[in-house]
Amino acid sequence: MEKLKLIVGMGSCGIAAGAGKVFDKIKYLQNNEQLDIDLDQTSCVGMCYREPLVEIIDNNISYLYGGIDEEKVEELIEHHQKFHLPIKELVVKTEEFKTIDNEFTDSQVKIALRNCGYINPERIEEYIANNGYKAITKIAENSLSQEQIIQNIIDSGLRGRGGGGFLTGLKWRFANNNKNAEKYIICNADEGDPGAFMDRSVLEGDPHSVIEGMIIGAYAIGANDGVIYCRAEYPLAIKRLNIALAQAREKGFLGKNICGIKNFNLDIHVKEGAGAFVCGEETALIASVEGERGMPRKRPPFPAASGLWKKPTNINNVETFANIPWIIFNGAKEYAKYGTEKSKGTKVFALTGKINRGGLVEVPMGITIKDIIYKLGGGIQNGKKFKAVQLGGPSGGCIPAYLDDTIVDYDSVNATGAIMGSGGMVVMDESTCMVDMARFFLDFTQKESCGKCTFCRIGTKRMLEILTRITEGEGKEGDIEKLEELSYQIKDSSLCGLGQTAPNPVLTTIKYFRNEYEAHIRDKKCPAKSCTKLLTYEVISENCTGCTICAVNCPTNAIDGGKKTIHFIRQDACIKCGACLTKCNFDAIKIS
Amino acid sequence: MRINRIAAKKLQTEPKEVDLSLIDSLIKKYKGKNGNLIPILQGIQAIYRYLPESALRKISDETGHKLSDIYGVATFYAQFRLNPVGKNIIKVCHGTACHVQDAKNITTALKEHLKIEDGQTTPDGLFTLESVACLGCCSLAPVMMIGDDTFGKLSGKSAVKVIRDIKKKENN
Ligand SMILES: Cc1cc2nc3c(=O)[nH]c(=O)nc-3n(C[C@H](O)[C@H](O)[C@H](O)COP(=O)(O)O)c2cc1C
Ligand code: FES
Repeated sequence: MEKLKLIVGMGSCGIAAGAGKVFDKIKYLQNNEQLDIDLDQTSCVGMCYREPLVEIIDNNISYLYGGIDEEKVEELIEHHQKFHLPIKELVVKTEEFKTIDNEFTDSQVKIALRNCGYINPERIEEYIANNGYKAITKIAENSLSQEQIIQNIIDSGLRGRGGGGFLTGLKWRFANNNKNAEKYIICNADEGDPGAFMDRSVLEGDPHSVIEGMIIGAYAIGANDGVIYCRAEYPLAIKRLNIALAQAREKGFLGKNICGIKNFNLDIHVKEGAGAFVCGEETALIASVEGERGMPRKRPPFPAASGLWKKPTNINNVETFANIPWIIFNGAKEYAKYGTEKSKGTKVFALTGKINRGGLVEVPMGITIKDIIYKLGGGIQNGKKFKAVQLGGPSGGCIPAYLDDTIVDYDSVNATGAIMGSGGMVVMDESTCMVDMARFFLDFTQKESCGKCTFCRIGTKRMLEILTRITEGEGKEGDIEKLEELSYQIKDSSLCGLGQTAPNPVLTTIKYFRNEYEAHIRDKKCPAKSCTKLLTYEVISENCTGCTICAVNCPTNAIDGGKKTIHFIRQDACIKCGACLTKCNFDAIKIS
Repeated sequence: MRINRIAAKKLQTEPKEVDLSLIDSLIKKYKGKNGNLIPILQGIQAIYRYLPESALRKISDETGHKLSDIYGVATFYAQFRLNPVGKNIIKVCHGTACHVQDAKNITTALKEHLKIEDGQTTPDGLFTLESVACLGCCSLAPVMMIGDDTFGKLSGKSAVKVIRDIKKKENN
């Protein structure tokens, strides 16, 4: 009988859900109760809705368990040691039998996430055992030329996953055309979209795939220095990247004459960002690496001509780089098998919001929104109605429920007014107010605007004021038109992508949910019952016990009624703070 | 606009003597290196948990960066603080997923409980309340983070309870 092996999912999300405690508990059992088991860690497999996850390998059969806490893990170990059989109700994934979570995994194709959740990201040996660093060795052994690699990446059809969707191979060719002796390769790990965590999961779960992708990119364009610009809010990702870089140096994948390729020298360093959304934009990112305020500048010259320290520079996103080794190793044709005519391969999405199974998914391009939400995501929480999905974060837009046949590829998504973006996919139900969503995103872009362009700086501020007014019941006739006009002006007169796309959330919500704007403005009503200023709080007489807790907690003394008498809210004095609703223990307050 | 951050973060008089010898090694490490300003500021903040004015002046004297440039960079990035912070920094997530799951209720409840505004520190120096964008555990929304601990699936009530528990521990 083989030893039991336990592997705990220790991504940021798992740790937040309590994986660290589970890990410590197993360690404790190992040390103090002399349990003869192996313990290891991995990162996020994407099933965030089931965290913390523990995989148990018993007699070479793997069972992935979900929702495991310190007590349950002890029970699991005991059970497996005694019977060598799984506790079926807790299994989320195994080869042995099907579970309901198969719906989540079966439609996925894992290329960028191929190792996430399967290997220990802090051990280079495990990456190597899963075809890691085989792509760069293949290049060395077959003496593939720079041009061959670039052509290969072009043939694969891989487009930049950072949001722009530019053909990666073509970008490399531009950088390669420039014959400067010094060039830089940069990995954009700034991941600014507030509601997306694809890049973080890749960095935490499989840092070597990004590093190998950068090595291949550096070889293809002739770069000799690399930078990973990672946001400081991702401490675990930074830690694992630094571990991985040290290991790669030790094994000779970084340094001089890499893999025996003559004169191919490269080192890579991590630069921590300091918290500014606009630094995801490539010219601002370069300014930030140079230690300045992250202000975008005019292009051309593009970074391929003049980038970091005025040298030719190529910037790609984390996910883009993570795909590269797979493409070189398996061939461009294999990659291009997935996807649609103009959007090849797979895309990772961070599926969040009012969805039953939220997490990280990698799907082939061409899958419908409907399949992602109902098949993978398991539908909407609490049986509510699906209303819209927001793609592309603050630069993107929403796609309404009736367009759920839209397929996920760059052109189809763009046709709806949204953008593919970097992979944030936030699902909204009937209780989400679309005007408030637009206000939320504009509040974000307004704060993050660097202030260089007048229209972006002041225009977003004026739009935010109008939207705030509308959600507070002070909307006026003509507001919608004014928002549209400002939107087009901001789009037309901003220098960088931040301003050019900032109005998208407003334009798409107006396009698909104009009636909600009108209800706020004309009827002073919020159909989703979300904008607090537009709600009325009332006492449900049948439920009120006269306990006075609401009256005591009302900050404006707007509630009348003494002990054991039914209370009453005076609407003229009510400031709609909701204190009565949260304090009431008898469900006796309703909002309408 | 990011410039808004300046008005809100006026340099105030420093609380007590700041031991400037702590940053000597930092200056030595980065002096004369290209693109060193942000790493230096990150280093200073790692030491004092904020950027003391006297430290910025010293950096300017010893590295040749203009004080105005330093101030420009320090006010541009959200990470940098010009005022001292409380012992526990409460980061309430207001990313998209958390917003959709009513994160504003968490901030409102904490503001009420701690009697401070967003971005302020309690008079006893125990807590600073901050809003951040996406902590990366969207499936646990709404989320807040205190130190290295993340708390998920919160309500206003449960968030306040977490704070109460920390206070209790601190007072013991
Ligand atoms: C305001 C703004 C924010 C951006 N944020 C990011 C980001 O967080 N991560 C990223 O990879 N690209 C971001 N981009 C896109 C980059 O400018 C750039 O196009 C990308 O990193 C190129 O890599 P790719 O070709 O592999 O997609 C952003 C662009 C803009 C205009
Ligand atoms: S939006 Fe709050 S954790 Fe992602």
